[in-house]
Amino acid sequence: MPKQIFTSREFLLTGAIVLLLAIIATRFPAFIAPSNLANVFNDTAPLILLAIGQMIVILTRCIDLSVAANLALTGMVVSMINVAVPGLPVPIIIFVSVAFGALLGMVNGILVWKLEIPPIVVTLGTMTIFRGTIFLLSEGKWINAHEFSEPFKAFPRTELLGLPLMSWIAIAAVILFSVVMSRTTLGRAFYAAGGNPHAATYAGIDVGRTQFWAFTISGALAGLTGYLWVSRFAVAFVDLAGGFELSVVAACVIGGVAIMGGIGSVVGAMLGALFLGIISNALPVVNISPFWQLAISGSAIIIAVALNAQANREKGRIILKRAENAT
Amino acid sequence: MLMETDQKSAPTGAEPKVPVLALREVTKTFPGVTALSEVSLELFPGKVTALVGENGAGKSTVVKIMTGIYQPNGGQIEIDGSPVRFPTAQDAGDVGVTAIHQETVLFDELSVAENVFLGHAPRGRFGLIDTSAMMDHSREILDGIGASIDPRTKLKDLGIANKHLVAIARALSIDARVVIMDEPTAALSQKEIEELYELVEELKAQGKAILFISHKFDEIFRIADSYTVFRDGALVGNGAIADVTEAELVKMMVGRDVSQIFPNRERNTGDEIFSVDGYEHPTEFADISFTLRRGEILGFYGLVGAGRSEFMQALFGITRPSSGKVTIDGEDAIIRSPADAVGKGIVYVPEDRGRQGAITTLPIFQNVTLPSLDRTSKNGFLRLAEEFKLAREYTERLDLRAASLDTDVGNLSGGNQQKVVIAKWLATQPKVIILDEPTKGIDIGSKAAVHEFMAELAAQGLAVIMISSEIPEVLGMSDRVIVMREGRIATEVTGEDMTPETLVRHAAGI
Amino acid sequence: MTDTTRFIPDRLQSPLERRLKSWETLLLTVAVSIFIVNSFTSPYFLNAWNLSDMTFNFTEKAMIAFAMALLIIAGEIDLSVASIIALASTAMGAAVQIGIGTPGLVLIGLGVGLICGAFNGFLVTKLGLPSIVVTIGTMSLFRGISYIILGDQAYRGYPSDFSFFGQGYVFWVISFEFVLFAIIALIYFVILHNTNFGRAVYAIGNNPVGAEFSGIRVARVKFILFLLTGLMSGVAAVCLTSRLASTRPSIAFGWELEIVTMVVLGGVNILGGSGTIPGVVIAAFVMGLVTFGLGLLNVPGIVMSIVIGLLLIGVIALPRLWEKWKS
Repeated sequence: MPKQIFTSREFLLTGAIVLLLAIIATRFPAFIAPSNLANVFNDTAPLILLAIGQMIVILTRCIDLSVAANLALTGMVVSMINVAVPGLPVPIIIFVSVAFGALLGMVNGILVWKLEIPPIVVTLGTMTIFRGTIFLLSEGKWINAHEFSEPFKAFPRTELLGLPLMSWIAIAAVILFSVVMSRTTLGRAFYAAGGNPHAATYAGIDVGRTQFWAFTISGALAGLTGYLWVSRFAVAFVDLAGGFELSVVAACVIGGVAIMGGIGSVVGAMLGALFLGIISNALPVVNISPFWQLAISGSAIIIAVALNAQANREKGRIILKRAENAT
Repeated sequence: MLMETDQKSAPTGAEPKVPVLALREVTKTFPGVTALSEVSLELFPGKVTALVGENGAGKSTVVKIMTGIYQPNGGQIEIDGSPVRFPTAQDAGDVGVTAIHQETVLFDELSVAENVFLGHAPRGRFGLIDTSAMMDHSREILDGIGASIDPRTKLKDLGIANKHLVAIARALSIDARVVIMDEPTAALSQKEIEELYELVEELKAQGKAILFISHKFDEIFRIADSYTVFRDGALVGNGAIADVTEAELVKMMVGRDVSQIFPNRERNTGDEIFSVDGYEHPTEFADISFTLRRGEILGFYGLVGAGRSEFMQALFGITRPSSGKVTIDGEDAIIRSPADAVGKGIVYVPEDRGRQGAITTLPIFQNVTLPSLDRTSKNGFLRLAEEFKLAREYTERLDLRAASLDTDVGNLSGGNQQKVVIAKWLATQPKVIILDEPTKGIDIGSKAAVHEFMAELAAQGLAVIMISSEIPEVLGMSDRVIVMREGRIATEVTGEDMTPETLVRHAAGI
Repeated sequence: MTDTTRFIPDRLQSPLERRLKSWETLLLTVAVSIFIVNSFTSPYFLNAWNLSDMTFNFTEKAMIAFAMALLIIAGEIDLSVASIIALASTAMGAAVQIGIGTPGLVLIGLGVGLICGAFNGFLVTKLGLPSIVVTIGTMSLFRGISYIILGDQAYRGYPSDFSFFGQGYVFWVISFEFVLFAIIALIYFVILHNTNFGRAVYAIGNNPVGAEFSGIRVARVKFILFLLTGLMSGVAAVCLTSRLASTRPSIAFGWELEIVTMVVLGGVNILGGSGTIPGVVIAAFVMGLVTFGLGLLNVPGIVMSIVIGLLLIGVIALPRLWEKWKS
């Protein structure tokens, strides 16, 4: 068992993150102060939430390119609700954001499940449709800080035991989905449906329906993040989080999620997101132009996918006795 | 010429029993193909029924119908005498029908325990999977079948035999009433097979009904109580195993006497054209050397997994050997890719037709001309008329049956698909043709056509290498036979030494 | 199957008949309908100069779309094309600063495109990595390099004769870009439909293993396809840079998705194996006409994306819905 832990992707990635922090610390020790690390975690919370959803989708051999557009659309919807009914309590807002996001995810899921349209096409289409819908709803106008109600804006910043609620939500999601993935039938079905769809069918798993639930979860998390995002930055507009879907996919790939499905973990997705989050927070600190960030995360994706591929290379059939003994 | 036995007589003893599971005149059709026509099958508690038939006889279709993967077009399924339907695999599992498949269809990334309990894991608090109970139960079941496997191991870290035991454990964990074993011994060693027999006895004792699908007559006669024979999707006979002989079973399977199905050909071999010297691969085969003459058919026999296909694929440039030399027509040939091999006149008809042999979603003529485009085209530009001409020439020689040359290969029967693959390679005018299980899963008519054609090719001076796991085919077709075992050449036999006993003995290493 | 007839006809359906029942015919009907609707709804539509302007909506994207179509038919994808434009344009802009003339600029633009394509091709064919992830990585990397070089600055000052590629007219209202688009369409048509190479592309897309086993050099063909896609991105970079007469790192942002949409709308199966160049040509016109027609009606671009998104999903979903409804 210990050997397996030390060679696991999560362990290697944790090592990489510690190394990264150590390098940053040599130039700017304050970066690794607990309060700053808490800030970095809080900044990365949206990416963590979305990466968990994306991880589940990728597990089932799909991809969800509509997450950022879902986030922006749900963010706009709850913002407009807040503007229209400022007195509406935050828990209801949160419920609406999760439900609305899940609904958008279900649209993707239905198209993939019932019409068997390739996920990349479906989510490419819904991505543009969601963005366009934001424009139709808002008529292209921004909703700015002064238009939101105070409780609406305050929620993610409210501190509990020294951490903002935003961070607590990310932590809760990591724990919740770790349990869901390892201890529920649905969670195991995600792995089975993506790892070997053919065998999954034999084991009584409906692969299409499993994919539908993956999209629904991804959508629900995107919706929740939509509310958190607009309330934290106190602004909602059409291009909110534009292009963020690619960072989400990047976080998953860095976190060891195999794009061919069947391999990945919640912790891995979180670590992948944190890796990107640390880089983007560290660049200004260590005095590198933030314009470097895109190239660095691009390189990180390529290196990560190359390492993943190396680890998962098929061994082939081992026939010779001496080869079997050697390995 | 059919040999019908009385279908009304109960397959086992005198005691009247209701079958646990019965198929009544079940029919299954696919576009253009009738896979099963009105077949019936009964499985009784505590009894092993052997299902025999050639590849393509409809055995796997029956398994898929019994496990809810396919829906029959006609007839019905009965459980305890009352009709049921299995719209999904889950429904079949719910009434206790479970299958252990040819390929161990399990999940590499999940743990052994999860593989055993996927879909019916024990639940604990809040409806969550009770991991420790799952581990304990898995260990119990695995211990019960004498498998010392840690249930926490990931499946991908197990060898093929252990994976198989996990599949069996899965079947047991469902508390199955009907256990379908689809060629369960194909990948197992002799010792493991013995253990499996004991397991089957134990399942019988527990009152489970077992459907045992196998090609090996010795095991059928050893463990089965009754038999059912399929041929070309139809039931041709059933009864108690005690009332039948091996020869009768074979006759029912094949529909004629086996000794007649191979063409008589003059064994007339020419100069040496091809030689392999010391071919080695790090993990799959070692120390392979042989020579081949014009007009010769060289058989390669061995158990499944003996490394025959792996070696041939290295010869064809799919994988790289770590050392070794190939000479063709007296010249050293360096083969790094299939394109190189084809260029040197070596072609390979793979066993896996649908994935490797043909491009099933493209039309016949495009499949045939694919490696010969340099000849049909001009300066790299396609000339369709030339393509049709070439495709017609070679498909007609093989007596292909198809609606048109523009038909997708996937719409043809297995035998006709194989003819397309062979036509494709003949069109390249090769020197050496390697056929990997050339008649596996094709109908009797096409089988004879392929055999006759092989004889014709040899007569024309082509050197033929044939991998086959069917002893009659190997003996009936080959001039010489190489037997492989565990990635090495076990022996090479010619002439009078070519007997079933020699082949089996060397293949199994007894 | 009749066993009596030994003769097998070449074809049962004439090529013309097949063509009439095809996707392209359906798409052409859509294009003509949009054209007619547009000409009724806006008095400015049926104007030679306006129609000529309309072609700039799609010519540059379509050039890349042709190469992308081949790549997708072969079962791969390149999401880095827009970033290649950015990098090629940045390289040309930098070259202007050291006084390189128009021929040099064109060579640099095409050269950068080829190098980027070769890099993608290397990662996919030599290292065996999944192209969708690799090109998400290089998408960040290539544009990231542009950001590192340019930051929030822009390159200007292109030589006056450089403007011909994006702004010049060959004859009356026929722009240089449109002529180039037509020539490239023709070249790709011939490559895909009339050469051995094109046949290999289809074979690989339908069954890469079967193609390899048939003696096709699969890796080499795929590498060439990545080179071609890079090259076409370079060509598009020359045209776009010339038309805009400036380079910012955000140039052509989001084009990769529009290009993929164009290819899929044109009837190319996103899973590989089928598709035609005429289909992509018509899809290019459809997208250009929709954008232009709605533009004349003062509908903002973001709303057009809804239409494009709906088209993308609708054209795939409707035939499948129809089949479901029939059975």
